[in-house]
Amino acid sequence: MKSFDYIITDPVGIHARPAGILVKEVKNYTDSVVTLTKGDKTVNLLKLMALMQLGVKQGDTVTVSVEGGDEEAVCAAIEDFFKANL
Amino acid sequence: MITIQGKGVSTGVAAGPLYFYQRAKSTITRYQITDLEAEWARFKAAQAKAIEQLGVLAEKAREEAGDEAALLFETHQMMCEDLDYEEAIENGIKEELRNAEAVVTDVAAQFAEMFASMDDTYMQARAADVKDVSSRIIGILSGVVQGGIDSDVPVVLAADDLAPSETVQLDKSKILGFVTAGGSGSSHTAILARTMGIPAIVGVGDQLKPEYEGRSVIIDGGTGNVVVDPDDPTRERLMAKRAELIKRQELLNQLKGLPNESKDGQKVRIYCNIGNPEDVHSVLENDGAGIGLFRSEFLYLNCDDYPSEDYQFEAYKKVLADMGGKEVVIRTLDIGADKMIGYFNLPHEENPALGNRALRICLNRPEIFKTQLRALYRASAYGKLSIMFPMVTSVWEVKEAKKMCELVMKELKAEGIPYSDEVDVGIMIETPAAAVISDRLAKIVDFFSIGTNDLTQYTLACDRQNNDLGRFFNAHHPAVLRLIKMVAANAHKEGIWCGICGELGADLELTETFLSIGVDELSVSPRAVLPLRQKVRETTVSLVRDKIVADLMSDEIPI
Repeated sequence: MKSFDYIITDPVGIHARPAGILVKEVKNYTDSVVTLTKGDKTVNLLKLMALMQLGVKQGDTVTVSVEGGDEEAVCAAIEDFFKANL
Repeated sequence: MITIQGKGVSTGVAAGPLYFYQRAKSTITRYQITDLEAEWARFKAAQAKAIEQLGVLAEKAREEAGDEAALLFETHQMMCEDLDYEEAIENGIKEELRNAEAVVTDVAAQFAEMFASMDDTYMQARAADVKDVSSRIIGILSGVVQGGIDSDVPVVLAADDLAPSETVQLDKSKILGFVTAGGSGSSHTAILARTMGIPAIVGVGDQLKPEYEGRSVIIDGGTGNVVVDPDDPTRERLMAKRAELIKRQELLNQLKGLPNESKDGQKVRIYCNIGNPEDVHSVLENDGAGIGLFRSEFLYLNCDDYPSEDYQFEAYKKVLADMGGKEVVIRTLDIGADKMIGYFNLPHEENPALGNRALRICLNRPEIFKTQLRALYRASAYGKLSIMFPMVTSVWEVKEAKKMCELVMKELKAEGIPYSDEVDVGIMIETPAAAVISDRLAKIVDFFSIGTNDLTQYTLACDRQNNDLGRFFNAHHPAVLRLIKMVAANAHKEGIWCGICGELGADLELTETFLSIGVDELSVSPRAVLPLRQKVRETTVSLVRDKIVADLMSDEIPI
């Protein structure tokens, strides 16, 4: 398993539209299970509504983990995506 | 006539019959099923259809309002096939053997409740998205055709609240504007209405009664007013506002960013007159190239005592910074005559227009003047400032005022406070005396700005405040225009610029005249900028100049 921590910089946090594009991105990696953890809650990043209900805000630290598939490459790609969009 | 106050969330004025949005019936039948695989397949088919419809809506939104608007429907597509959502529905069908419509309704309510209970207003509003997506699926399951307005004429659409998919599916040619009982400035309806340029008012609550259906309404998205059965004066007023908004929008679209240049290439700067720091946004919105007259009186009128240097500094600094390096001409205190301020304790005068006013007060009470000049010079470090003195009649007044400027700069330098040493100092030409000696005044200032209201009053001996003077108060009087021509010529002789900041600057009947005599700058109210630009761009100065100048200077009496 590969993972990284990230502090959300987007002023609106992960609200509907950013959550949408994030899920869309994760869908590209069919061989991996990608999860996001905030505090004691973990959600599968294919689950849009569960992700939205985490209510991730600017300044929150989240942990993203990748299991299965080309873990290293997928993890790096998703980290880049976070930096660019969130 | 009934006036309802809501919250305007998208500007514009619209008039038409009120029409209540007809939503498909939300009652569904509930029953037990036996063939659970068939029911599940029925749901999957409806889900696929919903995703397909949302794809069409996304494309439509993309064309009408861009990628951002499309993303909303793409998010809805993802909600449709959200794993938890789908799993909950699958359980309802396969474990509880209930029909798909009933299960989707309940699951939607459950998910919506989860959003509604979040401690974030944005997320709370997302409950509407879940319901919207679900009612689409339910509609497909029960064979209901979505959307549309059953009216032959365009209408003002009323609803409790409109789901985003509903606003996009609507036939736009039938919609003049929106009024919703619920909603907020950040609801999707408001966002889409703004992007699409349709006026919208939300949050009118139960003031919007079903019996208003079909009655004539006018809505004003700027003020949030909904007027049912408007009386004639109200209708006239709002329709005039509507016409002006439309005209301005059209002008804006055509003229924004274009130069103020005549057909034969003569340029004129079009600046704005403002009286409050908040007016800056309308200057920029109307594409004003700078501020040609910023009346500083507001600072004094807003206070119960003389405004401090720091207080003034902050206000000037804000305007300069907001204008982002564009020129801002600030006129020093111009009170007296019609503008009186209690704490100045000015004695009553029989003829205030001819009395102790403007620069005269400043020169008589240098402590007031100096405070203002210090604030102005300190602010000059934050933008492109020019200072202008009002009500000049003699060379010595200007010299004395400039001496005060030098003293202030010297003091600031000694105190190590930053200021710009490129501040231009100019004067208003608003007395016949100043106009007549403008050849001399031009040697000691950086610019002239002609105040036509006072220049007309003093030249024609007509009190501006006296409404009975009618035909005697004629701003087009050749005496006034000849003075303006003379002032412009004297300015150019000394290589300084000459502008007009009175009402006359925006008078389109005189634009050709001003261009002909070479006025360099016209400072007008923000909303007059674009009509004036249009007029300038239609003019060929070389074709009219000789005749205009000859007529103006001719000793022949015009017929």
